[in-house]
Amino acid sequence: MEIYKADVVIVGGGGAGLRAAIAVAEADPSLRIALVSKVYPMRSHTVAAEGGSAGVKQASDSLEYHFNDTVHGGDWLCEQDVVEYFVAHCTEELTQLEHWGCPWSRTPDGHVNVRAFGGMKIERTWFAADKTGFHMLHTLFQTSIKYPSIKRFDEHFCVDLIVEDGRVQGIVAIEIASGEFTLVEARSVVIATGGAGRVFRENTNGGVVTGDGMALAYRHGVPLRDMEFVQYHPTCMPGTGLLFTEACRGEGGFLVNKDGYRYLQDYGLGPAEPTPRNKAMELGPRDRLSQAFWYEQQKGRTIEGPHGSVVHLDLRHLGEQKLRERLPQIYELAEQFMGVDPAHAPIPVRPAVHYTMGGILVDGRCAAPLPGLYAAGECSSVGIHGANRLGSNSLSELLVFGKVAGVEAARHARSVPAGDSARLLKQAQAVEQRVQGLKTKSGGSERIATLRKEMAQTMEDGCGIYRLADTMQQTCDKLDELKDRFRNVNLEDKSSVWNTEWLLAIELEYQLDVAQSMACSAINRRESRGAHQRLDGFEQRDDVNFLAHSQAHYVAGGPPRIDYGPVKITKSQPGTRAYGAAGEKAEQERKASNV
Amino acid sequence: MSEMQKTIEIEVLRYHPEKDKEPHRQVFEVPFTDDMSVLQGVQYIKDYLDGSLSFRWSCRMAICGSCGMMINGVPNLSCQTFLRDYYPARVRVEALAHFPIERDLVINMEGFIEKLESIQPYIIPKEERTLAQGEYLQTPEQLNAYEQFSSCINCLLCYAACPQFGLNSSFIGPAATALLHRYNVDSRDGGKAERMELINSEEGVFNCTAVGYCSEVCPKHVDPANAVNQNKTNSAADYFLRFLAPKGGAK
Repeated sequence: MEIYKADVVIVGGGGAGLRAAIAVAEADPSLRIALVSKVYPMRSHTVAAEGGSAGVKQASDSLEYHFNDTVHGGDWLCEQDVVEYFVAHCTEELTQLEHWGCPWSRTPDGHVNVRAFGGMKIERTWFAADKTGFHMLHTLFQTSIKYPSIKRFDEHFCVDLIVEDGRVQGIVAIEIASGEFTLVEARSVVIATGGAGRVFRENTNGGVVTGDGMALAYRHGVPLRDMEFVQYHPTCMPGTGLLFTEACRGEGGFLVNKDGYRYLQDYGLGPAEPTPRNKAMELGPRDRLSQAFWYEQQKGRTIEGPHGSVVHLDLRHLGEQKLRERLPQIYELAEQFMGVDPAHAPIPVRPAVHYTMGGILVDGRCAAPLPGLYAAGECSSVGIHGANRLGSNSLSELLVFGKVAGVEAARHARSVPAGDSARLLKQAQAVEQRVQGLKTKSGGSERIATLRKEMAQTMEDGCGIYRLADTMQQTCDKLDELKDRFRNVNLEDKSSVWNTEWLLAIELEYQLDVAQSMACSAINRRESRGAHQRLDGFEQRDDVNFLAHSQAHYVAGGPPRIDYGPVKITKSQPGTRAYGAAGEKAEQERKASNV
Repeated sequence: MSEMQKTIEIEVLRYHPEKDKEPHRQVFEVPFTDDMSVLQGVQYIKDYLDGSLSFRWSCRMAICGSCGMMINGVPNLSCQTFLRDYYPARVRVEALAHFPIERDLVINMEGFIEKLESIQPYIIPKEERTLAQGEYLQTPEQLNAYEQFSSCINCLLCYAACPQFGLNSSFIGPAATALLHRYNVDSRDGGKAERMELINSEEGVFNCTAVGYCSEVCPKHVDPANAVNQNKTNSAADYFLRFLAPKGGAK
């Protein structure tokens, strides 16, 4: 086994991991940083984010507005002190990225431009055409090359954390090219492995988004918080689930049903006006828009396509020139993958799973309850998204909390002694033996792809846009069955070099654990809030019993134990969550009552 | 079912260093639908026919840059190349040309990563600015000067297309030159002089024989050939200037 002695190891080379690595390097250049990623960093799924990243920019905007939009958007399940920190640091971090070369789109006088986004009162979404995540990721990756203390372990697949003396002290990874194991010793570990959307059938996520870091922390006793909140993005490609950014609507696109009718006006989001109004109609929040699609489908007002019901995303009135300038990637996706020219025909779309609101429980400084462990980005639950994330908050989250995680991990690394290498190695060898066992065992009969497909289908059936106790229970039972069958999984490939079948099996095991935390958290939340909507007698939000974060605790060999933690309220008491004209009226009433 | 399932043959170049002396071909029959990408065809093989087939992929939407392959001899992203464009004929899929094969469709790209790291692909500020001072001003025209070259997804199709890289793998090549150019022409950057030393070296732009195939295969319209040739002009001017100025003379 290879051994590398680091001070801080970061698992995940996407936006949050890279930002954390740079933060450690800047905090203390003498610290040895290991950046471990199962893909080359620029392949990480941050690359696929399209629309933009939120930060207060205009004189007409304020931190208070951004705070309110985020907390209301999250249906008050946010940690409000953390949201306050977040909104106060977004703009600084986005400016830092500008200094590092990110090609933000500009106004004619050379300032960074901002666009409208769903659920945001004022335009505050910084963007680089419709490839914002791509540009942020490449900027961070290329900038990270400046720092000699960052040692990258590209295409190294993390299989476990090493916990010794009650604190995390390293990780074990497989070098994919050789199949060899490496122990990375470290005094702090930052998990930045992204979300888990691939546990669902139709999703916008890349193949790498398999919840690895969530499962690793969870198995070591760290709770996964608010896992029932899974975001359906309303405008995705039927069949593949590929994303058509919310910026399509920020730029003025319409959503229409089979009659050409802008149906969102029937769901408390109106009035319908010819140009976009913030926090209304197509610029409502994602949970509400996906839910409206579901109702249109029930009413028979959607269009039947080869990959299920669709509505139309109509961009024609924006004209080819604007579409090519502001939404070039969307234009090409529609043309190449669907044969639709969006300047001349509407794009068929339907909701698909996009984002995991919950994740590894951490405090406002990104620290998990396990000493030495930090998490940032989609894998974490730092508390800013609540029950529904607003578009363009997650890219800013990568930066703000990637940096916090790096700074805190560096501080922790300096405050604790190095571990006992012999004992760490002994643990790592046991991990190697266990993980090799998955590959070398014989006699299995279950195909990985079959198990994965059944998992993704049952998650869609039970934990979709609307949920019922019966089907959620079926999903929980099915996941039990799949975990059982996984023990009988068969690997055709017993070799060492680039054995991706082996890695897929390990990922599937991660996914089954994460899926189970989602389904069990969902069935236990007997109310409707944000992205968790029930139709079986729990249609209302219930602040008396469920203004609380769910926490799923791993139980070996069975379903997780679910308990609840408090929600931090600082200045926004839970109120009615309204958009469109109703939202404006509610806001006026709130203001009047405060006077 | 009402209609017989249509199928298509995919011929895959296989190579396993633990077993094979040399690469060989294997043909798989895969269910075919009109909207299937080549990547989806290859994924079907791995899921249901042969779990040992190895290849890289992730985003499925031509932005992560992982899934480049030779498809009927042409470098392409397999996620945005569609089986319908070959059906009913057989499709041939191979690892990207000009790179060492690690296994099956997986190439070794360490050499490219080293090139990328070597060109100082980050802003070396022309003038320092604190965060409190806010953003650098950059007009849409100034953005336009480099934006195209910043769109490279590192998919390496251009290297698989480049005959010079095929002959000499130390040639810096199209994507790394485009990236170097991207930073050199960014209005915020002052690092051109340092970077030009690399481009003037033996492995620099003069290896290019202006075939232009790199730009033709680029899925993101980066036009690396344009970057290479602009740098030939820069490099030529630079060559003479270096006799006058102490360092590079590119300022």
